[in-house]
Amino acid sequence: MFKTFWMILKRDLKLALRRRSEIFTVLFFFIIVVSLFPLGVGFDEKMLQSIASGVAWIAALLASMLALERLFSSDYVDGTLEQMLLTPQPLPVLVFAKMTAHWLLTGLPLVLIAPVVGILYHLEAETVKVMMFMLLLGTPILSMVGAIGAALTLGLRGGGVLISLLILPLYIPVLVYGAGAINESMLQSGNIEPYTLLLSAFLLLSLIFSPWATAAALKISLE
Amino acid sequence: MSLNWFKYSAPMNFYPLAGKLVPIFWILAIVLTGFGLYWGFFKTPDVLSDQKQYYRIIFVHVASSWMGMWLYVMMVFWGLVGLVLNTRLSFMMAKATSVTGAFMAAIALVSGAVWGKVSWGTWWDWDPRLTMSLILLFLYIGYIALQSAIDDPRRADKASAVLALVGLAIVPVIYYSVNCPNPNECASLHQESSFKGIESNILLGMLVTALGFWMYSFAVILMRVRNIILEREINTKWVAELQNGR
Repeated sequence: MFKTFWMILKRDLKLALRRRSEIFTVLFFFIIVVSLFPLGVGFDEKMLQSIASGVAWIAALLASMLALERLFSSDYVDGTLEQMLLTPQPLPVLVFAKMTAHWLLTGLPLVLIAPVVGILYHLEAETVKVMMFMLLLGTPILSMVGAIGAALTLGLRGGGVLISLLILPLYIPVLVYGAGAINESMLQSGNIEPYTLLLSAFLLLSLIFSPWATAAALKISLE
Repeated sequence: MSLNWFKYSAPMNFYPLAGKLVPIFWILAIVLTGFGLYWGFFKTPDVLSDQKQYYRIIFVHVASSWMGMWLYVMMVFWGLVGLVLNTRLSFMMAKATSVTGAFMAAIALVSGAVWGKVSWGTWWDWDPRLTMSLILLFLYIGYIALQSAIDDPRRADKASAVLALVGLAIVPVIYYSVNCPNPNECASLHQESSFKGIESNILLGMLVTALGFWMYSFAVILMRVRNIILEREINTKWVAELQNGR
């Protein structure tokens, strides 16, 4: 089972590294969205600090969602996905490997690029640390819950916009706790532990259920 | 005597049954809603502590918000039955329920906004319950969007059932996160549940109106499911006979 997981993970990573531009597209999307906000709302330092958490998270939600469409579609188009469904290996494991690859390629870069948000929005080093930590906890949830949506909308016309309708409401807890913790960390008496615990709980919940739900959705879509 | 539990799970048998039930539910809906609203408007005390006459929108507001929530559960229930037993009719019921549910959620939002304008002085506030009703409407919209984006009815049914199930699984998490965005301290504009302290005439009006809304939903859902049945079974013999019989 672990071997299957490794196989798919390595394959997906290799495929993505052959087309490196796709990784950077997501990354630059994130940076551009984040840097457009000050141009729209003004450069007041206090205000920028207060909206930084929300802006960073919403940009992360959108960036992760944009990349979702590719999660299954290229394998679906060339028929690989159908072959994966036919293998005796458990489908949830294959799906989980694909989710992991998706997170490594879209979630992790966002975590690493977070200090740029800190510079653009005049955040303190402590806040940036919290932001990176919360992104590290939250972005896997985005990949996992998003994969369900990607599987359900596989091969549909206008799949990209449709995914956002289905998935964005489900991302709300991640946004609330992720951004909440960052705001909390800016306060003197801030205590971010409740946020990290709740977000970790949600992470575990999606870890348990999303591979199965995604596998079920894939079977329906490829029936 | 052996009962055939699945007799009415065949669209062919359910179609005439639904046809007979629709008028009954319509009559019940009109009578109950009429009675509930009459009681609520004319038989309840005039002045209720600090609230003014405008509180009477509660009879529509509470009934529709309840329906918005219950119909989502009902929709998930039919989807689940469909996934487990693979019955076509259950999916049709789920599909028919979704539109009425979205409608009820929308009414709850609009009536709430009107009530909020007069009593809180604002159309909208990011109060947990308000936010939650908005999210509920989003969930309905996602369901309907997925349902209508897929051409193959079998896939559309199953995919949207899975989506609704996932939605229901995450709803408690969303509910908690919205209710308590700051786990260190929680606050909300809506009062705590005041169900117990409620005046009995108001409660009666509210419950009867809610029952009336239930009946209305049943009637409309059955009418819609009849249309869906005809649409999907258009090529079968019994539908052709139905047309010739007229």
